[in-house]
Amino acid sequence: MKDKKKIGVYICHCGGNISDYVDVEKVREAVSGDEIVFLSKTTMFACSDSNQRDMVEDIKEHNLDGVVVASCSPKLHLTTFRNVSERADLNKYTYVHANIREQASWAHSDNKMGATEKAIHLVKAAIAKAHYAEAQVAPKIKAEKRVAVVGAGVAGMKAALSLADKDCEVLLIEREPFVGGRVAQWDTLSTTTETGKEMTTRLYNELLKRDNITILTNSELIGNKGSVGNIELTVRKSPRYIKGNCHPEDLKRAIEVCPVEVPDEFNFRLSNRKAIYKNYPSEYPQTPVIDMKSCTRCGECEKVCSSIDLSEQAEELTFNVGSVLMATGFDSYTPAYGEFGYATSDNVITLPQFKRMIDTQEGKLIHKGKEVHNIAYIYCVGSRQEEGGNTYCSRNCCTSTIHAAVTAKEKFGKINNFHFNRGLRTYGKQELLYADSLRNGDIYLQSYEDGPPTVTPKGDKTIVKINDILTAGEELEVAADLVVLVTGMVPRADNKVGSLFKLPKGRDQFFNEVHMKLRPVETVIDGVTIAGACQGPKNIAESVNSALSASTKSFSIVSKGELETEPLIAVINDDKCTWCGACEEACPFDAILKTEKDGRTIAQINNSVCKGCGMCTPVCEPDAIDLIACSSAEIMSMIDALA
Amino acid sequence: MGEFNKKSAKILVFSTEKISDPAIDMAGLLKLHYPPTVYTISVPCSSAIKPSWILYAYEKGFDGVFIAADGSDCVYGESCTEKTGNLVSKTHNLMKEKELDPARLRMAAICSVCSASFVKQVKSFNEYLLKTLHN
Repeated sequence: MKDKKKIGVYICHCGGNISDYVDVEKVREAVSGDEIVFLSKTTMFACSDSNQRDMVEDIKEHNLDGVVVASCSPKLHLTTFRNVSERADLNKYTYVHANIREQASWAHSDNKMGATEKAIHLVKAAIAKAHYAEAQVAPKIKAEKRVAVVGAGVAGMKAALSLADKDCEVLLIEREPFVGGRVAQWDTLSTTTETGKEMTTRLYNELLKRDNITILTNSELIGNKGSVGNIELTVRKSPRYIKGNCHPEDLKRAIEVCPVEVPDEFNFRLSNRKAIYKNYPSEYPQTPVIDMKSCTRCGECEKVCSSIDLSEQAEELTFNVGSVLMATGFDSYTPAYGEFGYATSDNVITLPQFKRMIDTQEGKLIHKGKEVHNIAYIYCVGSRQEEGGNTYCSRNCCTSTIHAAVTAKEKFGKINNFHFNRGLRTYGKQELLYADSLRNGDIYLQSYEDGPPTVTPKGDKTIVKINDILTAGEELEVAADLVVLVTGMVPRADNKVGSLFKLPKGRDQFFNEVHMKLRPVETVIDGVTIAGACQGPKNIAESVNSALSASTKSFSIVSKGELETEPLIAVINDDKCTWCGACEEACPFDAILKTEKDGRTIAQINNSVCKGCGMCTPVCEPDAIDLIACSSAEIMSMIDALA
Repeated sequence: MGEFNKKSAKILVFSTEKISDPAIDMAGLLKLHYPPTVYTISVPCSSAIKPSWILYAYEKGFDGVFIAADGSDCVYGESCTEKTGNLVSKTHNLMKEKELDPARLRMAAICSVCSASFVKQVKSFNEYLLKTLHN
């Protein structure tokens, strides 16, 4: 332990995130008396530029040997404050962090006194650790200059293009047989004249122009090993059961003779498709696929098309990447049985189904054999629910509904749109669509969450009734030919890939970023970034923005081809070591060697191989091994401070 | 131990930087409350915890020690689970020698998203410790 050390301690208010529950001034007073604490301050935002500048000045002016900042999780700002130390010409490993937000103020917001007491102990423990914090040199490891992008929807494809243009190798992995994700399902879009299919085609063609992008469709990520910089991925690539360049006429006949019909998920089960299929003519990749879950292997298709081979097998491929960018998208909310007449009334469908109806029909809008004139849209189905449901706003569904209503009126004419909403959120440019809808004569009726509209079948119509708060609560009703339930985005029901990486989920069950403003595309899993609607409801523009951000972040991890690692490795106390071999046996990396020194056989650490796991330390009977920055002396001094 | 807190026992948690720390942080983020006398010391891997540290914690007045273990998620390899189990077993024996109730040391695998599980574990441990030590 170094004598006469001088450190600075900074206690953060975090706006009020900490100081609303923790008496930060009391914490400062409690720790200021420690023998190595030369100065102690509270600060509104420790991470702010102005405070960082003050810290640099303090370190230089007072010739400090180290710094402790008590603020949020080190996952968020450990690097920030290590960098502050470096800017003040202090070795960054002399910095020690105390987490008094996630582990004190927030965890104990129900007990301010308890939270304050705990914060005092946590800062004292950090100061105890600072007694021992010494300058270190960080070793570097090779980082694979390749990024895996999981999901080839719009976000995934844009991220792949962005990475490729930064001269980074990209592995684009798509679980479905075709690229494009949800956007490929949409025809007209707002606020562009490009259709969803055209956008998908354009992006796919751009992908094909880049030599450094490998596209794997019909491929699922099933394994990962290693850590940031060198992550080994295992991908199961399922066959399409159709080889090479087959004749389009043969394929057409193969689809015709296929006897299997299953509900078409691409059309949200509004229609059926065959077991051998392609969702739309210009879809990519252009080769159709056989859905082996539905196929009966009757062999009829093989008889008419020589390119079909039902004996093809799935293959497992391994790839090493430096970072993984998740763009796995969303599911649409499926209403519960009977929710606003869903599944119990023929006239009730969801918004995604309605959009497919608009896209696939011409001339007249027909539902169940009848022409549709009056359409009632019920908003916020499955969103903004009370406790127990999805409490969040799905953000894009108001605009999407109004866009669909305007499109339906333009395409089919003679359509009357009635919007049963709970307040509209057509933010930014999307307000233009709302204005179009009003000019078209659409009727808006509004209720609070405790007075939702009711849906009652009556003959071949469906009566939608509401106490409209825009007309002083007057009871109004519409005899609708079609009721469209405005369903929002929900997290993917199949979260296998999230579970594989142990990606944390937030309150809404979407993947969670480290910090929505400061680290908006990073996760707590080192090297894994997130983009698009897997992080939360987003429209296309927002998904693309996050994809570009995540690709830049992933690239920054691998761009140099090497990564700094923590210099926290094991060290042997030569005097104590008696070489029993237990440490060598415990080390999973073969980093411990037997050596001779001064006539004694002792253990030696191979510093270039040691990963700093510490597995060797508890098995050493004479207690001759310690980890740097996690030594017995440090841990015990922290226990003293916490006791 | 400091002044006896009738509502909560004093528990030292050994967490791990990459696996259980994120879960404990997320418990705070989600305002999943647990006793404020639960303190965390972070280590790289749960199989790096020395039995002497655990015994020292009891000596200094902690009622219980909880190891928020990496389990099968450990970034350093699959052997972590067995090795952490071994050190717990070894510590239990040392505790018996010192006439300490081995149940005052608990271990559970806490993955990076196991916030609710962590809170449930420490609350249940707190209840056990209050019942057995402070009745």
